Amino acid sequence: MTRPLNAWLVNLTLTALTLALLAASIYVGRGGEFLTDKFRTMVEIDRELAWLVLTEVRLPRALLGLLVGATLGLTGAGLQGLLRNPLAEPGLIGASSGAALGAVLVFYFGMAVGSAMLVPLGGIAGALAALATLYLLAGRNPSIVTIILAGVAISAFCGALTSLALNLSPSPYAALEIVFWMLGSLTDRSMAQVWFVLPFMFVGWLLVLSTARALDALSLGEDTASTLGFSRRSVTLRAIAGTGLAVGAAVSVTGVIGFVGLVVPHLMRSLVGPRPASLLLPSALAGAALVLAADLLVRLPTGGPEPKLGVVTALIGAPFFLWLILKTRREHP
Amino acid sequence: MHLSLTHVHASLGGTRVIRDVSLAARDSAFIGLIGPNGAGKTTLVRAVAALIPHDGLIELDGQAVVAMEPRARARAIAYLAQGAGSHWPLEVSRLVALGRLPHLAPFRQPAPADEAAIARAMHLADVENFRGRDVLTLSGGERARVLLARALAVEAPLLLVDEPVASLDPYHQLGIMEVLRAYAGAGRTVIAVLHDLSLAARYCDRLILLDQGVVKADGRPDEVLTPANLEEVYRIRAVIGGEGERFVLPVARTD
Repeated sequence: MTRPLNAWLVNLTLTALTLALLAASIYVGRGGEFLTDKFRTMVEIDRELAWLVLTEVRLPRALLGLLVGATLGLTGAGLQGLLRNPLAEPGLIGASSGAALGAVLVFYFGMAVGSAMLVPLGGIAGALAALATLYLLAGRNPSIVTIILAGVAISAFCGALTSLALNLSPSPYAALEIVFWMLGSLTDRSMAQVWFVLPFMFVGWLLVLSTARALDALSLGEDTASTLGFSRRSVTLRAIAGTGLAVGAAVSVTGVIGFVGLVVPHLMRSLVGPRPASLLLPSALAGAALVLAADLLVRLPTGGPEPKLGVVTALIGAPFFLWLILKTRREHP
Repeated sequence: MHLSLTHVHASLGGTRVIRDVSLAARDSAFIGLIGPNGAGKTTLVRAVAALIPHDGLIELDGQAVVAMEPRARARAIAYLAQGAGSHWPLEVSRLVALGRLPHLAPFRQPAPADEAAIARAMHLADVENFRGRDVLTLSGGERARVLLARALAVEAPLLLVDEPVASLDPYHQLGIMEVLRAYAGAGRTVIAVLHDLSLAARYCDRLILLDQGVVKADGRPDEVLTPANLEEVYRIRAVIGGEGERFVLPVARTD
């Protein structure tokens, strides 16, 4: 194993990288041009409209990329620490499929035309319903196994209902919207949606971060963590509720973006070492950087339909994950 | 440090495993908890560590362990589980430092006092030579000492260890027993679940013999490890010998 780098150095570099990508996300347009010609012309003709495009189209997209990426990275690292399993990812507990189902149902019943905020509202409601179901299924003092089993069951059920909604979709338009939702995207989001998800994410982040030391103690098993002063029930509830809130909010505005929460903690583990608490901040930063970078990538093609963000993250993520597995196998044959 | 158990009962999955155990322990004692498989040794230790519920009263310095604030209890009672391990390839010094978690104030980094305690624990357990290594790459004997160092770093007045020398070679068994005796000598109490009766006889000040959840004998090793007790509780015949360097050599089953 290579010696972990200085954590401060890694965090500082990642912060700089994330801020650079955030700026790039605001300034880079379709076809990968830095402030496209179209935009320059627009500035000359109508400064106000250009400003509007920047603040109402580009800015929310960039900010959501940052928030959603940070959420996926942070909760992925937290969940892997809680479950002591490097294969855990934020979608595991069912909150993201619940959020996707909630958003899709809004489309299915044709309510999305009424108000743009109904979709994220439906998503949050779906995530909360999934969390409540998880709590009921796993019981008051849940064990790791019951959480995983209940999470898988909820995910499968929500996924089936989402497919059913697609199957029975009343109009091709609704079907298209539902498919787009399942693929994940940051396009055409508004500042209102940013403000809507922010409180949920913020509370979720705080809950997950509050378990940092307990996650370290859990490295030595539940009994040892308990005799180090961390109540298993409280730690589990905080980590799961925090993950559900933050990821549910993320999915409710961008759809399902896969692989970020799974891959990023692995990448950070090779940089800063395996201690769960020390992984949280770097994973949040790297998650944000990865989603922002992937969202820049989908803008590169000049013509045709834009590739969906969730498709791109999976396309990058899956081979990368295979490479990680092969690397681990070489190091620990 | 004053530990007292009064009419303690504990159950596992509906089966009563500990029945009406009453005992007391004071400072500077190395107590061996012995008894055959299924006698309730682990259950009793876990009840004292407040890991499982119990009936009756388990008090530390006059306070019921279940009623103690979790962090205060974590500072007072350190626990090393049977077959403990690490789920992540942590660096040895990082792993030992986890023992200071009950002492850390929120948002604070370890203080010099914590660093000193970590250094003392690593010195006592003799793990300084591989402080920078990944714990999962250590041998079984080295890893056992690292995990023990983690428990020592708490510097709790009461240390509970469950089968600390199981699966270790004789050299490392003696090493661990010496560490535990040194820790108990410094005004602290160690209660160790042990299967090796010779080690228990040689290193412990006092032995508690459990049988089917009941205290069968409690006293100095020579008072507890009698042929009659061994035959009745362990169902074995053993050669008991040695002057000072006591040993118990099982030779035959009696049933």
